[in-house]
Amino acid sequence: MSLALLIEQLLNGVQFGLMLFLMSAGLTLVFGVMGLINLAHGSLYMIGAFFCAAAAAATGNFWLGLMAGLIAAAAAGALIEVTVIRRLYNRDHLDQVLATFALILILSEGVRMLFGPFPLYLDAPAILRGTVDLGITQYSLYRLTLIVLGVAVAIGLWALIARTRLGIQIRAGENDREMIAALGVNIRALYTVVFALGAALAGLAGALVGAIQSVQVGMGEPVLILAFVVIVIGGIGSIKGAMVGALLVGVIDTMGRFLLPRFFATFLDPSQAMGVGAALASMLIYVLMALVLVLRPKGLFPAHA
Amino acid sequence: MRELRREHMLNALLAAALFAVPLWAYLVDEPFLITLATRVAILAMAGVGLNLALGLGGMVSFGHAVYFGLGGYCAGVLAHHAFNATPVLMGLDGTNQMLVIWLVAMALSGLLAAMIGALSLRTSGIFFIMITLAFAQMFFYFALSWPAYGGEDGLPIYVRNVFPGLNTMRPWNMFVIAFVMLMLVLALFAMIRASRFGAALMAIRQNADRVAAVGISPFGVKLAGFVISGMITGLAGAMMADLTRFVSPSMMAWQMSGELIVIIILGGTGRLFGPVVGAAILVGFEVIFGGLTEHWKFWLGLVLLSVVLFARGGFIGLLAGKERHG
Repeated sequence: MSLALLIEQLLNGVQFGLMLFLMSAGLTLVFGVMGLINLAHGSLYMIGAFFCAAAAAATGNFWLGLMAGLIAAAAAGALIEVTVIRRLYNRDHLDQVLATFALILILSEGVRMLFGPFPLYLDAPAILRGTVDLGITQYSLYRLTLIVLGVAVAIGLWALIARTRLGIQIRAGENDREMIAALGVNIRALYTVVFALGAALAGLAGALVGAIQSVQVGMGEPVLILAFVVIVIGGIGSIKGAMVGALLVGVIDTMGRFLLPRFFATFLDPSQAMGVGAALASMLIYVLMALVLVLRPKGLFPAHA
Repeated sequence: MRELRREHMLNALLAAALFAVPLWAYLVDEPFLITLATRVAILAMAGVGLNLALGLGGMVSFGHAVYFGLGGYCAGVLAHHAFNATPVLMGLDGTNQMLVIWLVAMALSGLLAAMIGALSLRTSGIFFIMITLAFAQMFFYFALSWPAYGGEDGLPIYVRNVFPGLNTMRPWNMFVIAFVMLMLVLALFAMIRASRFGAALMAIRQNADRVAAVGISPFGVKLAGFVISGMITGLAGAMMADLTRFVSPSMMAWQMSGELIVIIILGGTGRLFGPVVGAAILVGFEVIFGGLTEHWKFWLGLVLLSVVLFARGGFIGLLAGKERHG
């Protein structure tokens, strides 16, 4: 095992973590501001990926596809907020789970009707194909771009929340929704904007990841569940917690899958070591979650401490 | 009280219908319908398990598929070793005796529920939903990548496990076993609901602080409820594996957890026969609409969404009126 390979895997972990952050940020915002658990967040990720792949295939331009994915996800988010989600804010979590579970069924089958039953493929844009020399290792230029984009979006999101008028309203909404409504902020519109913002982030993640995975129905839910793990680790409602949790989950998951089979190969025969290593690696982040729960039941950065 | 009597009558009617339909199918020799009714009975049993945690205790577990799948794997793995005459581990032999398999499935599901419950019940609300989902996903991925028992491909049960005195390969016999077990589990649910323990469980759902103030530890009561709930769902899983003669990681998938919740809600949360109605609706919907369109899940989603938004209380709530308490 060379150092170059190790660094490459580490970068993969960071890239995975940043994409998870895009998913988790929206989820945690929606929970923090509206108190809503949204299972259909994974469907918005899927919608972003599908519209991106379809638009990129139609126009031959990846960036147009990316815009299409982003806009489609944000529009779908706004639409379901106005039609369904809005009725759920005052309901208990069970109703929210069920209604958004129903939305998963509707959106998954809807996408299947619209785009057909087969996976779509999305190629990275020509200028981002190939590798870049990082001195110690060659690394995929596209994945490196994802890392840069992920960091840029994270900074943008931080600036939005910490520095703008909308950000002030969002933070105020987290603390006391009656009070900011009384101060004349249109809370309904604010909720729609926050939901669409989270949807856009999920759609962006789906579209970006679509170029390194196949774009298919059901792609969103595994990521959604990982995003839940991220939020539980980071603390619900905290953007900073989502960032730390996402990077932890991304790096530990990737490194576990890379290192554990090699570790078991030192004393088991290779095929057995692969199986045992892979099985245990897939459990690693959940063990991390359990550990955080025991030590910090509210997550690493509880938002409403 | 009139509503209450109406619910009793409705329950008796439902039990009779669940028995009469396959009986008729047996008489006119329609084995497919019998197997369908068996599926409803077993899914309903899994739902009764979850209903104990969710309906009575208010613990919204989005990970009950893990007990369902674990029960299934108990049946599959024990039968696999009995079939190949190899030890399971440390000299323990496999078995094809249903009764033994059920006990093992309940014991292991209970143990797993105790571990998951002890961790997740430290939290509540939205955290609890996400954590139970995440833990179930952990075992789902483990089953998916662990190569010994088929991994992703699942594990077939070549010959259905045996029950003393009955040929389980006959659909009618399998149905009778499932039906009797469902009635027993429903009786257990009714007994628990009427007991002091059940009263404590329901009181905690309504206000845990007040229950703590009168000297009952909410954590212990909830954990006990959660463990019993997991055991029942695990038992149902073992029977489902025997019915389909196949067990795969998909029994543990999050969709299964979702379906179990859907079963309870469609029927009516906390209602004794809610899961029976819910399972019948779900299976019926799949058979009828699945034959008409491949996009039947789209319509299921719409129906479910309408039930949540507009018809709270589910089917039994619609027919028998609102619940007495809660």
